[in-house]
Amino acid sequence: MTGQVAVIFAAMLLAFVAVVVTASPQGLVQPGIAFAFAGFIALGELARITLPGGRDAAPIATAGALAYALLITFDQVAVKHNALQVVAVVAFAMLVGVFPHVVAGRAPTIDSMARRLLAIGFAAAVFRGTGLDALVRGEDGYLRASVMAAIVAATLAVDAALAAAVRAGTDRAPFFAVLRNEARAQVGIGSAIGSTGALIALAASLMGTWALPLFVIPLLLTQFSFRRYAAIRATSLQTIRALSRVTELGGYTESGHSRRVSELAVAVGRELGMSDADLLDLEYAALMHDIGQLSLTEPIPGGATVVAAPADQRRIAGLGADVIRQTGVLDTVATIVERQAEPYRRAHHGNDLAVPLASRIIKAVNAYDDLVGESTEIDRRLDALERLRLGMAYEYDPRVVDSMAKAIERSARLS
Amino acid sequence: MSTLPLRARLFIAVVALVAAPLPVVAVVAGYSTFSMVDLVTLALLLVLSSSLTSRGSRDDASIALGSVAAMAALPLLGGWGTVVLACASAFVNDSPSLIKRVFNTSQVVVASAASAVVYFLLGGGGITGHSFPFLIWPFVAALAVRCLVNGLLVATVIHLAQGVSLRTVWHGTMARSVAGYVGYGLFGLLLAVLWAPAGADVGPAAAVLVLMPLFVARWAYEQYAEQQRAYDRTVRTLIAAVETKDLYTRGHSERVAVASVLIARCIGMREDRVASLRYAGMLHDVGKLGVPTRVLQKTGQLTEEEFAAIKLHPVRGLEMIREIEFLGEAFAGIMHHHERLDGLGYPMGLRGEEIPEFARAIAVADAFDSMTTTRSYRGARTAEDALVELQRCAGSQFDPVMVAALVSALEDHEWQSETRPVFEIAGHDSLEGAVPSHDSISAPDEGPVFDHDDPMSTARPTAMGTTS
Repeated sequence: MTGQVAVIFAAMLLAFVAVVVTASPQGLVQPGIAFAFAGFIALGELARITLPGGRDAAPIATAGALAYALLITFDQVAVKHNALQVVAVVAFAMLVGVFPHVVAGRAPTIDSMARRLLAIGFAAAVFRGTGLDALVRGEDGYLRASVMAAIVAATLAVDAALAAAVRAGTDRAPFFAVLRNEARAQVGIGSAIGSTGALIALAASLMGTWALPLFVIPLLLTQFSFRRYAAIRATSLQTIRALSRVTELGGYTESGHSRRVSELAVAVGRELGMSDADLLDLEYAALMHDIGQLSLTEPIPGGATVVAAPADQRRIAGLGADVIRQTGVLDTVATIVERQAEPYRRAHHGNDLAVPLASRIIKAVNAYDDLVGESTEIDRRLDALERLRLGMAYEYDPRVVDSMAKAIERSARLS
Repeated sequence: MSTLPLRARLFIAVVALVAAPLPVVAVVAGYSTFSMVDLVTLALLLVLSSSLTSRGSRDDASIALGSVAAMAALPLLGGWGTVVLACASAFVNDSPSLIKRVFNTSQVVVASAASAVVYFLLGGGGITGHSFPFLIWPFVAALAVRCLVNGLLVATVIHLAQGVSLRTVWHGTMARSVAGYVGYGLFGLLLAVLWAPAGADVGPAAAVLVLMPLFVARWAYEQYAEQQRAYDRTVRTLIAAVETKDLYTRGHSERVAVASVLIARCIGMREDRVASLRYAGMLHDVGKLGVPTRVLQKTGQLTEEEFAAIKLHPVRGLEMIREIEFLGEAFAGIMHHHERLDGLGYPMGLRGEEIPEFARAIAVADAFDSMTTTRSYRGARTAEDALVELQRCAGSQFDPVMVAALVSALEDHEWQSETRPVFEIAGHDSLEGAVPSHDSISAPDEGPVFDHDDPMSTARPTAMGTTS
């Protein structure tokens, strides 16, 4: 939580100082330009999207804000606003843009707004605060474009670092693992946003306000592609979640089992620093880990594979993997499901490192859920954990069991 | 190319004849009006950006990238230069067949010439300090003309080559690519502004900045298309796995989905709704898992309780998949697929028009497939017998419109019941992943490729499947 609080606090402080300074001692410089960009940013904030993987983004608003920070000339007139005015205008526009969201009852995603404001503040400070803007004003377009590209790249890096600081706290994951995930997510949409920002700044020198509506159309297409991508990703997940309940409906497993296993497994995987792609595979595998039971003629009592004989467990896992492999597109998931029944370490075999981490997680989490089920009793949880710890050296990966214990403790505290 | 009809060849010949003199005239009349360096750079950009993107699946984005360079030529090179540049599209490696390349290049030349005429008639010119906003209008008009000429020529050749009506071509593919075409085309103006010495003066490096968002959009689109394919296959496989529980329903869901789609196409349903209906067909019996297997496979008379359990399956199915948001209309189709027109169906006893369209289509498809497959209590009937039975029940149990649609669809498509291996999923099917390119002639000689997995739809490709 601390990262999130720090980012929001810093952004609010910066916005406050910027607004006060811009309002009283100096007044708004070139208000026409400021309002044009503010309107653009506010509209962009209105059209924010959720990226695949659940990240919040406002590509148009961010591109507009970056452009305002990097503006040198506007309609052949030299632009004179300073870095603090950039922050003030962007903060004002964000608030205006977020207002309709709040009215419509959608959460304002304050941390994402705060992070974006800080990143823009960074870009403005580097470009306008150091006199770099005056330096490149007389130079040729190629040099100006290069300087802007460098600043944009640095800004994206800062943005990713801030996002990681926030998420490391909320997701309980190691900072560098989250940073890697954030940076990877940033590469695609971030470079589109950044280059659009630089383009608007460059083109506005000649086109003036016209640069804004003209540049927004291509970025809208980019945004549209991402939205469709995010939608199909969400649909896939929802569908697998829904279809994973077939074993419950068919009486093979307890109700809610696969959902609980997948949630806990993802929490454990996060804590162990898995990448976004691996986490998605883990979630799919966890949801479908019992699908092999559909091939059984008689359901196992209570659906608890933990009480089945090891050979049977492995057979069910193999059957499930066969089904998943038939999709032809989920081979990694199939492998994870296949190896979920294998012990972490076999006697006299040393470390069996070939078992994927995701399989080890599912094995432990599945056993835990088979023992606890829907129960929220503390005693039952502790008993189950104790039983897993006893099997730790051979059956279960100690790291996984440790992370799981932490995740369970957290959720117990919350409930 | 033996499959290309004569009238299509004639049309291509006419377009080529109109196009051929244009570049010659342009070079002779206008060689001093444009910079050779700019022309070569733009030509490289055009070929590279089009070829890079047309390697994998072809769709609206691939043509769009080429149109950036083509449109930037208007202010940067002038009218003559634009026509000369259009010849570069002959080097875009989008098709192995000569006649298609000839057509594509010719139609691009014609469209470019038309756009240049409009641009300069409306007062367009090169980039200067006072270009804005006055340059936008001729530019947008030129873009619209280019898009229109291009679209008309391509639609006509598809129409002539495959007998698909112009309206279907428009609805199936072109309507969707127009947005991309216009949006990306506008980027041409921006590229010109950044490039031109009187503009931002960035020079050819501007292309990198300009193309970046386009490649990102392209990348996201590819991810989307791939995920869409993966999704489709996953749903099919899982449904097939579920069906292994009941020997008699193997492949049933898949076939109901296929038959529903046949019906929907026949009554002219919109493509996005067809896609949704397909999933509804696929998932319509998912709720049967909640019905004990012994009831499903029982051969004798069902008791009241057993029948009540069966009656619940549409509701159970809906409960299970309710959280899949995108299905939307499909929910109603699943929920009500056992309703009857006379109100005697279940679970709600809706009648007539109260029954959602999806449900009426699925009901017919469902009944047809169960009649033509072996069940525990009887052997399979022939398709003809089943259709006669459906027609007998039309009006009381089934919607006559849907029954008629299935009858007419099956005249064109051979129905294969039960022969379909459940787990063999060949090729990939994309519900909307493969959008035919606006700028390129479709591939009539490569055989009908619509829905590789669908043995029934090989006879007549519709606009959805006009490209590979």
